[in-house]
Amino acid sequence: MAKVIEGLYYAESHEYVKVEGDFGYVGITDYAQSQLGNVVYVDMPEEGDEVTAGEEFGAVESVKAASDLISPVSGEVVEVNEALEDEPELINKDAFENWIIKVRLSDKSELDALMDAATYEASCE
Amino acid sequence: MDKKTCLHDKHVALGANMVPFGGFDMPLYYSDITTEHMAVRQAVGVFDVSHMGEVRVTGPEAEKFVQHIFTNDVAGAEYGKIFYGMMLYPHGGTVDDLLVYKMGENDFLLVINAANIDKDYAWISEQIKGFDAVADNQSDHYGQLAIQGPGAEALMTPVLGLECTELTFYTFKEIEVNGETVIVSRTGYTGEDGFEVYGSHDFIRQAWDKLIAAGVQPCGLGCRDTLRFEVGLPLYGDELTDDISPVMAALSMFVKLDKPEFIGRDACAEQKENGIKQKVVGIELQDKGIPRHGYPVCAEGKEIGYVTTGYKSPSTGKCVCMALIDVAYSKLDTPVEVMIHGKARRGTVCKKRFYQKSYKK
Repeated sequence: MAKVIEGLYYAESHEYVKVEGDFGYVGITDYAQSQLGNVVYVDMPEEGDEVTAGEEFGAVESVKAASDLISPVSGEVVEVNEALEDEPELINKDAFENWIIKVRLSDKSELDALMDAATYEASCE
Repeated sequence: MDKKTCLHDKHVALGANMVPFGGFDMPLYYSDITTEHMAVRQAVGVFDVSHMGEVRVTGPEAEKFVQHIFTNDVAGAEYGKIFYGMMLYPHGGTVDDLLVYKMGENDFLLVINAANIDKDYAWISEQIKGFDAVADNQSDHYGQLAIQGPGAEALMTPVLGLECTELTFYTFKEIEVNGETVIVSRTGYTGEDGFEVYGSHDFIRQAWDKLIAAGVQPCGLGCRDTLRFEVGLPLYGDELTDDISPVMAALSMFVKLDKPEFIGRDACAEQKENGIKQKVVGIELQDKGIPRHGYPVCAEGKEIGYVTTGYKSPSTGKCVCMALIDVAYSKLDTPVEVMIHGKARRGTVCKKRFYQKSYKK
């Protein structure tokens, strides 16, 4: 059974946001990584890029296919998880620990449109 | 509703991730693609390839007919030989690529792609009119296993009871087992040594069980594609299509223009003589990113073609692809760009054999 973590915000497209102050760490959920299989590459934006809620900002790739990453929030990318460049399989090991981008949230009200852990978990069943 | 092979229930019982392919519900992987891929490169794996089609061509003019529809040259071939080649349309585009087994005097078994069985059988049935020969679609009779990898040879006799290790590459023999005739060939689609076995559904089910019980890794279509791709083998629908001739796919060695006649011969001869506009090449990326089927390939600011198959190669870790591009850019080491998720990623043209084959000759 895929795990979820309380206190995070979840999108229908299986990304999560972990909010710390004005920043959000965005990654894919444990359910998403389990569906993808072995992640072999993560296509990430660069620091300073702007991401927009509901729009694609990169891709997570298994051997077989590329799966678009849809940003659940808007704002400036202040950090990318560089560890994923050399070890994309970290996402399979722990998807919640290994976030993909850190965003300076430009509109925290966007979080209201996302699901809590229990709602997201139910949606995956 | 997708068709099921004779091993379908066993794939489901093993927990395979099942996907539709060529009209069949097939296993994509059992554990994961990389593990299965490396099992075949380093040890041995078994694939259910029962979805492949088989058409038997017999009759006094069977050889004459096969020569007419097939690009390779089977004239006077010895019993037990296998030929790879294509069936072409008159304009040189490809109906399908296939293996032809010489079963006897004027007796051939054509092994065709699952997705093309209906199309091919209709094509063959149409072309055979006027020849003193008959074509019989036996696809539903045969199950088929591919046992692939450096460890394949050591399994055939002890585990399967098939005495076949004397076979050389691209030859086969028929073996009597419990009153039925089983075909065993030294062939495959992985770039490794290995065998393919054709038999009744009962025989194939028992053989599968014996291999799984012996600890052989079951392998799905996911690694079948990465394995064939790494050694530059084409997949119909990607590197060969009804618009891509074998000359364009850089497979001219299987097109015997010294044969006086076959369908598509003149078109291929013309392409060899006057040159082609587009060609299938290999591309290795220097930038990061994984090229996928259909992604545009560019050079000097313009689009010059598209990716036919691409992966992060499980054996080498490199991001590589085959692509159909303008011949002006097809020389080795030519710089090109592949558009990946809207960004231009730099690469260079290379040989489309990304990994060295290791066949037993």
